[in-house]
Amino acid sequence: MTDFTPYSALVGGIIIGLSVVFYFFTTGRLAGISGIFENAITNSVNRFSNLFFLLGLVVGPLLYYNVIAPKVSIAFNITDSYTLIILGGLLVGFGTRLGGGCTSGHGICGIGRLSTSSIIATVIFVTTGMLTVTILQQFGIYL
Amino acid sequence: MSDKLISLLSGIIFGIGLVISGMTNPEKVLSFLSISHSWSAEYKWDYSLIFVMGGAIITAAPFFYFLKNKEVSSLGLKISLPAKQDIDKKLVIGASLFGVGWGLVGFCPGPAISAIAVFDPIVLVFLVSMAVGVLVKQNIIK
Repeated sequence: MTDFTPYSALVGGIIIGLSVVFYFFTTGRLAGISGIFENAITNSVNRFSNLFFLLGLVVGPLLYYNVIAPKVSIAFNITDSYTLIILGGLLVGFGTRLGGGCTSGHGICGIGRLSTSSIIATVIFVTTGMLTVTILQQFGIYL
Repeated sequence: MSDKLISLLSGIIFGIGLVISGMTNPEKVLSFLSISHSWSAEYKWDYSLIFVMGGAIITAAPFFYFLKNKEVSSLGLKISLPAKQDIDKKLVIGASLFGVGWGLVGFCPGPAISAIAVFDPIVLVFLVSMAVGVLVKQNIIK
């Protein structure tokens, strides 16, 4: 269980929003990560730009933990079940591309553009995510 | 600045936002998805994720609104917005399956990639599985 942290959540969210705006304003593309990931591995158009974006996603946290806030300890707790990890990864990869977006593409860019389909997609994936967690918890599975 | 440098910088800013918000920690995401905590007397529900999405949407929305009729970006690139997406079986099934995967682990694509920075090999197992899921989708559904 983690604690409710509205301030850091809001600050982080605003920074994510600024990245989305900066990327769109300069490149004219939407920062939907599942789309960038798909294009980076399957599409030669803008491949290096997409790979650089993904690289940035890793460099950002490294900079944060080592340079910006070296005293902050890394909070990271993940399941040790390979069954959950592999099944989860497959479903996230398949589902985001079938549904045309993930938390960033539908949840942030799509809702930010007031797209009806993105609002519906976001309500659906939050709902099935909550159902999944609730069902797992009935079986005593948490993380 | 070149397209590649801009992309790198955007990714870095996005990644920093993700760590500050706490979303790179799967436990934090699962704490939000634990909706039963919202009516539980035993647990306090951590709904920080709503503030993350809310903060990002409120920041981005006005810019999308004012830039919506632009055809060329500041780098002179063609603005490519997705065509209006139908609310069809693909959207509903895709979003549903994504949500199930999200709930199993607490990872969506952005945080999963950023979590490479914590050097836990299990993150790579997730990312390889995610790539396989993407490739399976591409090969079986047009």
